Amino acid sequence: MPKIQTVHKAALLNDHLREEIDDWLRRYPEDQRQSAVLGALRAVQHEHGYLSTEMMDAVAEYIGMPEIAVYEVASFYSMFELKPVGRHTIAVCTNISCMLRGSDKIVEHIENKLGIKTGESTPDGKFYIKREEECLAACCGAPMMQVDHVYYEHLTPERVDEILDGLE
Amino acid sequence: MSQDLVNIEINGIPLQARKGAMLIEVADEAGIKIPRFCYHKKLSVAANCRMCLVEVEKAPKPLPACATPVMDGMKAFTQSPKALAAQKGTMEFLLINHPLDCPICDQGGECELQDVAMGYGEDVSRYSEAKRVVKDKDIGPLIATEMTRCIHCTRCVRFGEEIAGIRELGATGRGEFMQIGTYIEKSVSSEMSGNVIDLCPVGALTAKPSRYTARPWELVQHATVAPHDSIGSNLFLHTREGRVMRAVPRDNESVNETWISDRDRFSYTGLYADDRLTTPMVKDNGKWVATDWETALARTVEGLKGTAASEIGALLSPHATLEELYLAQKLLRGLGVSAIDHRLRQVDFAHGNADPAFPYLGLPIADLENVNAALLVASNVRKEQPIAAHRLRKAGLKGASLMAINTRDYGFAFPVMAQCITDPHGMVGVLAGVAGAALEAAGAKAPASLAKIIDAAEIDEAARAMAEQLKAGEQAVVLLGSQAFAHPRFSLLRALAAVVAEHTGATLGYLPEAANSAGAWLAGAVPHRGPAGERLGSPGLDAQAMLDKPRQAYVLLGVEPDLDCADGVRAREAIEGANFVVSLNAFASEATRNLADVLLPIATFAETSGTFVNAEGRWQSFQGVTRPLGEARPAWKVLRVLGNMAGLNGFEHVSSENVRDELKGLFGADLAFDTGVPLEGAAFETATVPTGLQRAGGVAIYALDSLVRRARPLQETADGRQAGAYISEAQARALDLLNTDRVLVRQNGRTATLDLVIDDGVAMGCVWIPAGMPETAALGAAFGPVELQKL
Ligand code: SF4
Ligand code: FES
Ligand code: FES
Repeated sequence: MPKIQTVHKAALLNDHLREEIDDWLRRYPEDQRQSAVLGALRAVQHEHGYLSTEMMDAVAEYIGMPEIAVYEVASFYSMFELKPVGRHTIAVCTNISCMLRGSDKIVEHIENKLGIKTGESTPDGKFYIKREEECLAACCGAPMMQVDHVYYEHLTPERVDEILDGLE
Repeated sequence: MSQDLVNIEINGIPLQARKGAMLIEVADEAGIKIPRFCYHKKLSVAANCRMCLVEVEKAPKPLPACATPVMDGMKAFTQSPKALAAQKGTMEFLLINHPLDCPICDQGGECELQDVAMGYGEDVSRYSEAKRVVKDKDIGPLIATEMTRCIHCTRCVRFGEEIAGIRELGATGRGEFMQIGTYIEKSVSSEMSGNVIDLCPVGALTAKPSRYTARPWELVQHATVAPHDSIGSNLFLHTREGRVMRAVPRDNESVNETWISDRDRFSYTGLYADDRLTTPMVKDNGKWVATDWETALARTVEGLKGTAASEIGALLSPHATLEELYLAQKLLRGLGVSAIDHRLRQVDFAHGNADPAFPYLGLPIADLENVNAALLVASNVRKEQPIAAHRLRKAGLKGASLMAINTRDYGFAFPVMAQCITDPHGMVGVLAGVAGAALEAAGAKAPASLAKIIDAAEIDEAARAMAEQLKAGEQAVVLLGSQAFAHPRFSLLRALAAVVAEHTGATLGYLPEAANSAGAWLAGAVPHRGPAGERLGSPGLDAQAMLDKPRQAYVLLGVEPDLDCADGVRAREAIEGANFVVSLNAFASEATRNLADVLLPIATFAETSGTFVNAEGRWQSFQGVTRPLGEARPAWKVLRVLGNMAGLNGFEHVSSENVRDELKGLFGADLAFDTGVPLEGAAFETATVPTGLQRAGGVAIYALDSLVRRARPLQETADGRQAGAYISEAQARALDLLNTDRVLVRQNGRTATLDLVIDDGVAMGCVWIPAGMPETAALGAAFGPVELQKL
């Protein structure tokens, strides 16, 4: 195989992703295409579970921004995963209100239950505990956690079992 | 007082400042020192390091001087207790995560952080907890990284985005985890990348080739001029004990500002190559013997005098100094030799009467950034004259229409408004189309000599758009690039470019290849012009003709024929057959040893005084920074002695300045900086349309001359390893080559085996093959029909 100098990296984006990114692009002026990068990365993560370098490069080419600029955005926001993770993402808030209401215990309980530490995924690829989650603006229901896109408040170890056991 | 000025006071000193200027600029101009890390006069303001905090009257908190615009009546204090406390506080925070081990850091002694810490830091750290550690990255053979030392000033990041035009470094992660790097393992590829070494205020980014080889205080700094492209960037060479240790830029706003290309920065690493010639040598019965100067020079004079002058050919390097070229032609013409040329890569010498006095850029280098439109013809300006590309980029960012006609989309780092990518033959047609469009718009008729060509050309939308942009631009240029000079129809390209320029009101300019291409013309190193542009009645053979009609003797000044000539193979064959060949060179490659009979070791640009004339016609003289290696001598001295030994008059110069001034004295008042091309005379022939694949290409950036070819760190970069046959994917499919990585290239009965590279930027019908590289040299000419065969 010859060395390929011009690679069409955006080819990795399927029609659905293109549609979604185009939708974001339409919301911004033509000379501000990079504004769509957050939406684009979110769409990719939704589809692939995480952001591989190849997919970030694809987004970069599609939107027309430097690859490194996409890496900067992706690595800045903790909502983006840069490595493959478990199917369900568990994010327990450990910021001040939740901490005062016992979030440490909740984290410990989840770690023991799943046999992994924060920042790790279960070997069966079902669960992933985020390393550290800051205030998710649900302090009145502290302690709280977010599983995938859903908020759960007033947590107790029993409630956590119930929630996690109920997941596919 | 003009409206645009305001009155302010810094430390009680009344100053006038431009409205909107930042406090730090005004202080810098007035020589008032404010510590800083992230601020740099050529980069955007980031204001992220907070080292420049100063007290401003009526402001509740200290303000960053780099991001505080001056206002009328503003009173700032850079050394007040409040300002000092702020600066000390910033310093303490910066040092929390920074290693305190300056003695083992390469930047030690020239580190901005170290200097400022001396002024504002405490001698003992109050911080005794663990420090942040960052893994180093491998970003290529030129720049060493030690990222634990990084203070996140982002100068290197802003350089990539704002100056180099390719963003390769970035700040990933955030807060405590923020890192400067490439995120993925990747070498930086910008041809200006080395500038981040100077920009980095700490030891995070340092020069890999010179790392840990010297301490700044052991180095002696000497001003000089870069010997590669026709910009002539100003340099400092740093020497230790008479050895050149590294090169850094020397500010010159009119030429290179504060930047230099990687080629100018790292080519010094070739100075002490293994095949450096340090003693005169003569070939006795096919065997090289070292000898003394007297013997070698006597042998040279004998060899030259023993050959009929009409049978001697002289190939002179456009990288030689003005003085060397002037004395060389004086010596040779004194002996009656007329075949003298420096245009080693040119093949089309027709219409020599249209040659300008020297290939003038058409405008000052600094004005390139003010053009409104530019058309590049056969130029990879980014790699060939990086500083010119940088200036054009500035123009582009201000909205100039930058256009190009090339054989390959080179991926310029500036916005390209329009470009035509076509095979070498097609380029002529496209330019003729633009000329036609320009004539049409101006309601003018094509000059008789070009009528046939222009009338036959297709005037399409693209051609019209190009002509229109040039016409609309108040300041527009048509620039003939280095690849135009090497083009088989150079004279026609030039004539067409002249028509385009004339009828669009644009300026015609040249981007010649070498550091002293302009100087070589002025010194008379061409067969049809004497020194100072004097037209000669009976011109001698040009660089091509003296190889086509092999001579009995050759004089080579700084030339390695196999790599420096348009067709290295033919050059070798011609020179091989000569009875006598003398090579004045700093190096003696295997190929040179095979060709020559006498080797005269001459000084490199670092070891001799001399002058280079750049493309804007600027004479830049410099001194040698160190003694020539071994027995080597400055070439102007060697040539002077040869003149004396040959019994010629007028070789009494005692310094290179003498030589330069003698040449200067020959210029009349009327040497015009003129790029007008007379178009009367014989009509240009239409060429037959070539069939089959065409070779295209230019000299690879790190193959330009004998010095840079020996600079190992540059050879290890991606640009240094670019040898290959480049074709588009469609072309590869058409040739059924998509499943091979090596191809046999056949050109004019010669072959070479090269990597096959798919690059969709290459014009259909073309194989782009870089010239000047050992891997491709066996193929000969840079243009012509080629065949590819799967391996
Ligand atoms: S590497 Fe140097 S220039 Fe780049 S951000 Fe760090 S300290 Fe600044
Ligand atoms: S602190 Fe946990 S949601 Fe605000
Ligand atoms: S120099 Fe002003 S904040 Fe860095």
